[in-house]
Amino acid sequence: MTTNAHQAMWEQLNLDIPAHDGLLAVLGKFYGDIYLSQSGRLNGMEYLDFVLSEVHGLRIKELQDAKASGRKIVGTFCVFVPEELTLAADAVHVGLCSGAEAGFAEAEQLVPRNTCALIKSFIGFKLARLCPFTESCDLVIGETTCDGKKKAYEAFAEHVPLEVLEVPQRKTAADRLLWKSEVLRYKQLLEELTGNQITAEKLQAAIQTVNAKRRALQRLNALRQADPAPISGRDALLINQVAFYDDPIRFTASINALCDQIEERVGKKEGVVPAGTPRLLLSGCPMAVPNWKLPYIVESSGAVIVGEESCIGSRNTRDLVSEEAATLDEMIDALVDRYLKIDCACFTPNQERQDNVRAMVSELQADGVIHYSLLFCQPYEHEAIKIEKTLSQHGTPMLSIATDYSMEDVEQLKTRVEAFVEMIK
Amino acid sequence: MPLVGGLDVGSRSIELVLHDGDRVVEQRKTATTFDPLRQARALLAGVRLDRLVATGYGRGLVENAGLCASVETITEIKAYGLGAAALCPEARTVLDVGGQDTKAIALAAGGKILKFEMNDRCAAGTGKFLEHLATVFQIPLAEFGAYALEGKEQLAINSMCTVFAETEAVSLMARGRDPHDIALGLHASIVKRTTAMLARVGLASPVLFAGGVANNPCVVRLLAAALGTPLCIPEQPEMVGAHGAAVHGCRTGV
Repeated sequence: MTTNAHQAMWEQLNLDIPAHDGLLAVLGKFYGDIYLSQSGRLNGMEYLDFVLSEVHGLRIKELQDAKASGRKIVGTFCVFVPEELTLAADAVHVGLCSGAEAGFAEAEQLVPRNTCALIKSFIGFKLARLCPFTESCDLVIGETTCDGKKKAYEAFAEHVPLEVLEVPQRKTAADRLLWKSEVLRYKQLLEELTGNQITAEKLQAAIQTVNAKRRALQRLNALRQADPAPISGRDALLINQVAFYDDPIRFTASINALCDQIEERVGKKEGVVPAGTPRLLLSGCPMAVPNWKLPYIVESSGAVIVGEESCIGSRNTRDLVSEEAATLDEMIDALVDRYLKIDCACFTPNQERQDNVRAMVSELQADGVIHYSLLFCQPYEHEAIKIEKTLSQHGTPMLSIATDYSMEDVEQLKTRVEAFVEMIK
Repeated sequence: MPLVGGLDVGSRSIELVLHDGDRVVEQRKTATTFDPLRQARALLAGVRLDRLVATGYGRGLVENAGLCASVETITEIKAYGLGAAALCPEARTVLDVGGQDTKAIALAAGGKILKFEMNDRCAAGTGKFLEHLATVFQIPLAEFGAYALEGKEQLAINSMCTVFAETEAVSLMARGRDPHDIALGLHASIVKRTTAMLARVGLASPVLFAGGVANNPCVVRLLAAALGTPLCIPEQPEMVGAHGAAVHGCRTGV
């Protein structure tokens, strides 16, 4: 897959070629072990295998072509950045690399050592010149969802063209006003960047595009209610990960095609595991590509993951933007309202997330929950305690895991996950 | 009667319990070393097993090693739950402090696990901690507990990290403090860590204390005092996991 054309493109993007080759080799090996080794996969996953194999290749080529035709590339790290506006300005919206232990030594010169792996990763990818997405960006949007990111963006701004959106901490009327002003500011930033005006017509089309993507992912999630589970949690996570950087229209079509296959499979009562296999909901911090460590451990321990209560999961797809709005102002309001429904652990209070986790447990008929916090992620580590309490009141067992991207604790995690699966069997 | 073996391949030692379905027939123990499979084979020498259940951190290694025609693996958590229920049926909490990890388990009747906690990645506050510090004190590990019990004043050791705790102990020595008092403080730091872990699983009495560290009289005394409840300590506390594995093998049949 590493063609000469790709090499030339990476050189042009000023990547560290030997280090980047090393990264791709590790990623390929990892993907083979964790994904291609699965049995009973759906044909539709071939599209995702292909997209992932070309994550730094053809997709980057598409971005370069888009740039050559005058379009701008906007990079993001969070589900709070309204993709609808980006698309309405005819820019490309991509999630940036943050799921691998890359460039940590460099990153630790900009952020404290006790910073979560996700933050260190996006800074490391940039400083070590390993992420062709970051290198392709005309604008990177940060957001104030935690103190770690907030302060990291100050340092990051010296390395990329960066703007930070202020996400409020509460959901009162005053907070909504603040958020609305930030959404409007983002709209203006995009218009200045692209020279395109965001009209009602363009925004409506963009809202429909992004809603269609979310509906396809909602459809996938609903199909996972079936027992036996028709798709592995690893594959479902991959789909949610790819949703952040693939072309949205092509992605939606391929996920709907995959869902057709899944429907057939569910109709025939076929699955990737036998019926009655312990079903677990994964809840907590986002797992960015290629952070597949915990799902792999879980699904190698005799359980199947039936849902991801996470930003790279249901938090990104649960709510749609109302399509009722006719005027641009009404559409902006609809966007503001939709994004404020996000139940990120950065909010206080955040009862919605407690309710949403419980609802997912019951809809997906999960036998238990594995809560995943990145080490040093205070908001999610706090909520792990609350969610465990809520779930135990309703008889749902939960295992709380705090870990990072390193492999040093895999054996200990295996023991804990296996013991949890034995416990709920 | 079929003969079932429970094998607990831990980080420091390997235990074997032979069970005939009614009672324990024999118990054996050896060091893990850097070749646990060879050690396990040696431990099983001369035994004709109908079924083997492996647990502990090396369970996966044993699984496909051909030690027995029928091999199953279970986690330490499950094994300690079953072992505790067999040895002390009324136990509602199990504490296991082994060579490199500590587990606290809340149990229902019959050994069913309700909740558990384990230390992650670091071996602070485990047998390894005591082993290392006994070496610093130049005292055999088996005598370290009795040595610490001679301390009069429990000095504060704040660090849970083995390396930093050693630094603290050395600086207390440099200030001329009684080494017995320092040893007592080191034992207390383990107890402090384990009581916090026990609290997280709910700490219902009675508590069964298992694992090699339950052989240390100082940890036992300090822990009983901290919990305010007497501890149920099996005659050979390090055998609880292997015992539980054997019980599991008897239950699931050959």
